[in-house]
Order: sequence, then structure tokens, then C-alpha cells
Amino acid sequence: MWDYSEKVLDHYRNPRNVGKIDNADLIGEAGSLACGDSLKLYLKLDGNKIVDAKFQTFGCGSAVASSSILTEMIIGKTLDEAKKITNKDIAEELGGLPQEKMHCSVMGHEALEDALKKYYGEEVNEDLPQDTADKIVCTCFNVTENQIWEAIKINNLKTVEEVTNYTKAGGACGRCKGVIKDIIDTYWNKQVAEANKEPLTATQKILKISKVIEQQISPELQKDGGDIEFIDLDGNKVKVKLTGMCQGCKNSRMTIKTFVESILKDKVDKNLEVEQI
Amino acid sequence: MIYLDNNATTATDKKVLDEMLPYLSEEYANPSSMYDFAKKPASAIREARAKMRDFFGAKDEKEIFFTSCGSESANMAIKGVLNCNKEKRHIITTQVEHPCVLNTYKFYEKQGYEVDYIGVNAQGELDVEELKSKLRKDTALVSVMWANNETGVIHPVEEIAEYVKSHSPETRVYVDGVQAAGKIPMAVKDTLIDMVGVSGHKFHAPKGIGALYVKPDVRLTPLINGGHQERGMRAGTENVPYIVGMGKAAELALENMNHELTEVKRLRDKLEAGILKNVFNARLNTGITNRVPNTTNIGFEYVEGELILLHLSDIGVCASSGSACTSGSLEPSHVLRAMGIPFTALHGSIRFSLSRFTTEKDVDFVIQNMPIIMDKLTKISPFQCELEELRKRKGF
Repeated sequence: MWDYSEKVLDHYRNPRNVGKIDNADLIGEAGSLACGDSLKLYLKLDGNKIVDAKFQTFGCGSAVASSSILTEMIIGKTLDEAKKITNKDIAEELGGLPQEKMHCSVMGHEALEDALKKYYGEEVNEDLPQDTADKIVCTCFNVTENQIWEAIKINNLKTVEEVTNYTKAGGACGRCKGVIKDIIDTYWNKQVAEANKEPLTATQKILKISKVIEQQISPELQKDGGDIEFIDLDGNKVKVKLTGMCQGCKNSRMTIKTFVESILKDKVDKNLEVEQI
Repeated sequence: MIYLDNNATTATDKKVLDEMLPYLSEEYANPSSMYDFAKKPASAIREARAKMRDFFGAKDEKEIFFTSCGSESANMAIKGVLNCNKEKRHIITTQVEHPCVLNTYKFYEKQGYEVDYIGVNAQGELDVEELKSKLRKDTALVSVMWANNETGVIHPVEEIAEYVKSHSPETRVYVDGVQAAGKIPMAVKDTLIDMVGVSGHKFHAPKGIGALYVKPDVRLTPLINGGHQERGMRAGTENVPYIVGMGKAAELALENMNHELTEVKRLRDKLEAGILKNVFNARLNTGITNRVPNTTNIGFEYVEGELILLHLSDIGVCASSGSACTSGSLEPSHVLRAMGIPFTALHGSIRFSLSRFTTEKDVDFVIQNMPIIMDKLTKISPFQCELEELRKRKGF
């Protein structure tokens, strides 16, 4: 018997937003009947906001619960916000999933990605050469190199067994286990190489921060009528000032921490901290 | 609670427990000891062995060895035979064996043994002709389960043993009898089968006790070396209370054999027919008559098995599924796949297995509730068009 959380039990017993949206704006699919689970996700939009979401799932209790909670998580969100949801977020929202069931949350994430792809266009994984990203690694479950790479990255996976739990890859005939091991090694070697790179000088860091704020952060905030100014860098403390609608917004702390800081950590230096002044 | 998972394990019969209790408390002597206090446990083991002899339909109680479980019985038989016949390196078994047997052969395959896995047809019946064609002079072992745990299909083990002995007398025949024990009579003395393994908890004894029947001329090496217990074939102080319990359970199983073959079968047939009649997406995975009387395996198309089990559990019904999700492995049942059950029903296959404690009320409750659960669960399925077509085709 699986050790399912109360939330998983609640959601498989009383799944929310079951069904089909007849005139859906976006539809995402993941999995297949042959593989034992499949999910269809329907989204209704108003501008770039998700105003309704429904799902149909063929799968076990945790697959239904993952789909159900995903619809709850995305209704009311903008597409940009929904795009940031990972399988980890789905699993966390459910109060955790058994390790062997993590692939259910991954399927939810894949269906969402599939739906959003129709809006944003194909996402390109910058880490992988174009010709290998879509290569099927696990033929039993049709899992691509890209999917495995993403699962490793988001969930910090270190072993083949973990990759199997999260993506199903390697879970049937097992012939691709060697390739999965190679992908894991490539990913982690790359992380080590990045970490060993010469640290940026203060000037380089400031230039890079300015560029990221200007090109990636500011345009997002402007959409909501706000903006951001880069004031100073003190060691690893990035001092910024929110302006426009962002100024005095009760969610400004959240914006700084979950949005601004996470992008800067990702793009510039993982030791950066953002402070509002 | 309605317990319809008796092929997984059974409730310990109260009468079995009562027989065991003295040996868990006051009668604690080691049966090998030389004082009067040890007489009772020693004679209790002798009695249990005699009961097991009758249970197997064997000639002599010397043919019975006590083990700790079905898996140990299988390992003792298989490894014991292969160790004694090192020059023979070919094995024939089936694709639908229990993992305790299958994985033991996989282990030998890695050691360089050649293993043929015989397939089954869509009804789960063994391809006996294929099995016969694979028999060779260097075949050490032919190993076929008496009844399959998932489908209940009975394999013609007597016929297979006769063929093997007439064509290759030195080849040994092991029959995994775990799912036949207590459900159909096993008169091993009238057959040419060399060894049969059983597990107590499948016929209302507690977990942790099994037995192996071995024909007198079969040479085995022991799995556990040590003392003289079980005539040196299985060392370790005898598990007296559990041996006594299994003896009692075997006696009760024989007493109830007729009930099993008639009443349990009637309830199984009623459950099977009731579900097929009431549930539009139900599909019988095998309907042959030659099945153990307590088992049915039904596929529910376009719905996943674990989800069905969880909803059954919510209304107090225990069953099991061949779906991938229930096992923690990612692949659905190897038995149903060997039968070529279509994907639409494979992942939603549910096994109901009854016992002599199953009541008419239990069966009626499941027949009534299955359509309600299926109504709810088919609504979640993304295969609405296919389900609609199925509904029309079946006239629902």
C-alpha cells in the first residue's frame, strides 16, 4: 500500500475540474494508454490569463490527484506564471508523492508544457544539442533525452533509479539504463565545470545583472504596470528599487524573492541575494 | 470489510490459531530434546507431517519437508536439483510462473544455464506442445505451476510429468503448487511429478510456513546446511507452532474441499457473471472452466487498476490488480501480457479471489457497487469516444 498524503487521497476521491472544455483555447497531452497513464489538459483563456482548466486522466490514484491539483494551481494564473510550475511544485502541493510515483507529477507538468507550447512555440533546451534533444532514449515509454535532462535539473536527480521513478525511463526492459547514466554524468559534470569557472569580477557581475534586469525582469514587471531599478551591488547583495505599480504592492516581497532573485541566481550567480530599498 | 484477495493471503482460521497457541506458550520444548517435555512438540510435528502427506496425496510422510514459505520451497527444489545434476544445463519453465520461480531461473540463466520459457494462449492455457518440443536429454528440470495466481488457470501438470518421464526419465519435474493448494485436490502419488511446493498462508495457516513434497528417489542438496532437522535437508530448529498450524489448516482444507469446489465456485461464478452483466466496460480475461474455483480476473477497459482498487478499498473491498502502478514496477502483469490482453484492459485488470469465508452478501455487495465505481471512474478517462462506442456495442 502506498503511503499517500491526505491531499492525494482527497484529490483521487474527489477530483476537481474533471472533463473537457469544448471550446478550449489550449489543449495539452501527455502519456499513452499503452504506457499505463495518459492525461489531457484543457485550458480556457482570457487574454493571457487561464480562466478555466479541466482534465481527463487515465492513470492511478496519484496520476488523477496530480492532474486534479494542477488544474487548481493554474486557474487564475497568467500563462507566464503557469509556465514556471514544475513537477516538483505539483508534488509539493499534493503534500509529497512516493518516490516511485513522482512520474505522475512529471506527466502533469508535461501536459501543461504541451499546452503552453502551442502558445509560446517550441521551447529550446539550450543545454542540449538540437539534434539529440528530441531523441528517444527509452523506447518502452517514449522518453526523450530532453525530458530526462529536465527531470534531472528540476529534481536534482543523481541515480538511474531516481530518473526511472521520475520519468519511467528505464523502467521496463532496462536497455537504456546505460544511456540514462551517461546523461546523468554529463549533466553533473557540466554543473561541476560551471562551478569551477573563474568567478566574475565585480564589474562583470554588475554588467551582467544590469543586462538580465533590463532584458528579462523589467519587461515582465512592466506588463503589470511596474518596473525595477538596479541601484547597487554590495558583495553578493543586489540592491534594487521597485517602481510604478510594484511600489508599495503587498506582493512586492514575493516578487523580489521568487521572481527577481531566482532569475538572477539562475543567470548570474547562485550566491546573489536581492534586497529592496 | 469484504476480503476478496485470498490469492495474496488468507485469514488464519480460528481453529488453526487454537491448535498453535500451546506451542507458542507452555509447550516450548525443542522437539529434538531427550526429555519427556519434548515429546509433545515432537509428536505434534509428526502429526502435522502426516496431515501434510494427506494434503498432498503423498504415499509417505518422509516425502514432506517443512520450509518457511512458498519461495523457500521453490528455491529448495530448484537449487537442490540443479546442484545434484551439474552436467545438465537446460531448464524448461513457463512465462507465467510466480516471480519466486521465474527470478530463480533468471539467476541460473546468468550463470550460463539455458532456459526455455513456454508461452500461453489468450485464455492463459499453456502451450503444452511447445513445451514437449523443447524437452532434451540434457534438460535438468521442467518447472510448471499447478495453477496460476493471477488467472487461476490450471495447467496439465500430470500430463506434462508423464510426457517428461517417458521421454527423458532423468529430467526432474517441479510443480509450484502454491495456488492449487487447498483449492483443488492434489493426489501426487498418482502422478510422476517429482516435487511440489506450497505455502501455508494461502490456505488459512499463518504466514511464515511452507512445505515441499519430494518423491523418494529425487536427490537434492539442502538450501540450509546445519543440524539434522528435516532429515538433514533443511537445518534449523523446527518452527513448531507454525508447522502445527499448517497441519491443521491442511486438514481443514481437505474437509472443505467439496465446499471449495461447489460453493466457492458458485459464488465466484456469480460474481463474475454479475460484474460482466452490470458493467459495460468489463471484460473477462479468461473464462475457461479449468480454473481453480476461487479466482476470476476481469479487465475494466480504459480505467487504470490502482485507481479501481483505491475506490474499492474506500468501500471496504479488498482485491488486487495486474496494473503497473500497484506493484511499484512500471510494467503491468507479466501473466496478462503473456496472454496478449489488449492494452485497453491490461492496466485495468482486477483479480478477485474468494475463500470459504466469502459470503453471498459479500459477492452481492461487489456486484452492486462495481457499476457505481465504474460510472465515476470512466468519467475521468480521456477515452470518452472509445467508451461511448463500447457502451453502444454492449447495448448499455
